[in-house]
Amino acid sequence: MSRYVLRRIAAMIPVLFGILLVVFVMVRLIPGDPCLVMLGERATKAQCEAFKERFGLHDPLPVQFVRYTIQILQGDLGTSISTGRPVAVILAERLPMTIELTIGAILFATTVGITLGILSAIHQNSPVDVMTMVLANIGVSMPVFWLGLMLAYVFALVFKDTPLFLPPSGRLSPGITLPPLARVWGLEGVEGFPRVALIFLSNSVFFNSLITGNIAAFWDAVRHLILPSVAVGTIPLSIIARMTRSSLLEVLGEDYIRTARAKGLRERIVLARHAMRNAMIPIVTVVGLQTGSLLSGAVLTETVFALPGVGTQLVSAILARDYPVVQGFTLAVAIMFALVNLIVDLSYAYLDPRIRLE
Amino acid sequence: MSAIAPPLTRELAVPRRSPTMEALRRLVRHRSAQVGFFLLGLMVFVAIFADVIAPYDPIRPLKDVQRRAPPCIHLLGCPRDQPQHLFGIDGNNRDLFSRVIYGSRLSLQIGFSTITFAIIVGGLLGAVAGYAGGWVDNVIMRVMDVILAFPSLLLAIAIVSVLGPGLINALLAIGFVSIPVYARIVRAAVLSVKELDYVMAARAVGASPLRVLFVHILPNALTPLIVQGTLGIATAILDAAALSFLGLGAEVPKPEWGLMLGEERNSVFNAPHLVFFPGLAIMLTVLAFNLLGDGLRDALDPRLSYRGYEKRV
Repeated sequence: MSRYVLRRIAAMIPVLFGILLVVFVMVRLIPGDPCLVMLGERATKAQCEAFKERFGLHDPLPVQFVRYTIQILQGDLGTSISTGRPVAVILAERLPMTIELTIGAILFATTVGITLGILSAIHQNSPVDVMTMVLANIGVSMPVFWLGLMLAYVFALVFKDTPLFLPPSGRLSPGITLPPLARVWGLEGVEGFPRVALIFLSNSVFFNSLITGNIAAFWDAVRHLILPSVAVGTIPLSIIARMTRSSLLEVLGEDYIRTARAKGLRERIVLARHAMRNAMIPIVTVVGLQTGSLLSGAVLTETVFALPGVGTQLVSAILARDYPVVQGFTLAVAIMFALVNLIVDLSYAYLDPRIRLE
Repeated sequence: MSAIAPPLTRELAVPRRSPTMEALRRLVRHRSAQVGFFLLGLMVFVAIFADVIAPYDPIRPLKDVQRRAPPCIHLLGCPRDQPQHLFGIDGNNRDLFSRVIYGSRLSLQIGFSTITFAIIVGGLLGAVAGYAGGWVDNVIMRVMDVILAFPSLLLAIAIVSVLGPGLINALLAIGFVSIPVYARIVRAAVLSVKELDYVMAARAVGASPLRVLFVHILPNALTPLIVQGTLGIATAILDAAALSFLGLGAEVPKPEWGLMLGEERNSVFNAPHLVFFPGLAIMLTVLAFNLLGDGLRDALDPRLSYRGYEKRV
């Protein structure tokens, strides 16, 4: 297994290199003078020269690329044009929100999706099955942002003043704040990577509220995350439900299932221990493939629910032509996506020993 | 008991059909394909006759109407002396129904144009990669891998940020990120038949490489291309709507569904109809292509359909 893990990690290096190259080339493809793009239209000639000298833009492109790669490896993502703050710090503030939303959506999509898929498969062609599959077809066809807006309308306005009310926007209710962990732990003087890590942890609302024992803030955060997670998770849920159904139906037709039933095992054991274990591989594949759509969905959903995540920042950076932020954020999301794909590949190997030996 | 089987009667004999007819028969009988055909037919009808169906101009604001007024439908009790507005009035005093109707044109054009672009470029790249092999294949397919390493909508957003917001740029971006899927399909088809005898025979009688590729090899890729293309149109329409929703696609005042949603997203609590109807239109169009794609897959390539299903029935 460890050899397989090493091989898969080694295979990721060219992909990461490619991602880096794409992001590097992307910003250099922007039409016009990079100096005017970076400093704004009113930059003078002298300012431009100083800018180009400072960022080494007079050097040949390969030299620039090597320098860029070294910078990235040192954790330096550049500085935002519009705010003058390091991109790494902005990323550390924004990333926790998107990760929390993605995890919430995965939890929703897999638990509900697999349950519905199993129900459909064991009651094949029953009204439950037909209903689930019709809903799954509708689910994959819904624009994420539309579903988000409709959910906000129903749960925040129609169910207002009922126990079903859920907040339609923001990460926490007004009045609830969480202290930066640097202050809580008396680490305000630290610099460099530990500071970025502290910012990241402080902005992970779940982590911060639990570690500081603020249960009210924790529940508030959970309530704020439900609607966005449902919106982001609906498309993956539909696909997972369909895949679980077809995968389980295929396995249930196998001879060893008949053997298991024939020797008198209870249906529950047959399902859980014999059928689901083998049906899981295509399901895990689909869950992994859906992370891309989850990340994209998170970007859109954050805009709808006014959540301070990567997506809202990315869109505002694009509209403000803040290229270092666009570059850094695109890179971060692509690397996250690549890591998730790696985890999915490793989990196949765990589920199906044949893959390791190939 | 006779040892000889009874002669095949006329009733027992199964009529022979060509594979095309057989696939068509399966498609027409497929339940979700039927629904998909119906919805898509409706969309195409609406798009073609938008001028006739839409009661008002989709761009020009109306006079004497209340901004963001809710729907007024005579059949549902709206007073007869008021003009009928099926989907209500939008934030710029325009009839929303007319805008949604005209939007069908734009969405179908978006879906077809991006995927046609992706199929042509991706198909050519895949064909060259599969046919040439060696380092050409390696270079092309590794570039495709890198494109696939990004979540597609995010890469499209990044490309639009470079090209600048606008509908054409958004379409280019969506077309571009769709290329790898088609390149892979065509390459696989080329590889699977390249060494077969009939291709060798064609080459031996002196057919040019282009002729071999287009006449003898590429028809094998047609089935997966049609299926993937149909499903791809659904994704393209969703992605284009998303880009417009974020303000990176179609410009005001184009009647684009995603843009309509984006413009009115802050009025969802006081005028939900302005968000509901454009989204419903997107959903129905995407649903049509998804259902049709599923049906086509089951009809054209029975191997790809759910095997377990047949086993148990």
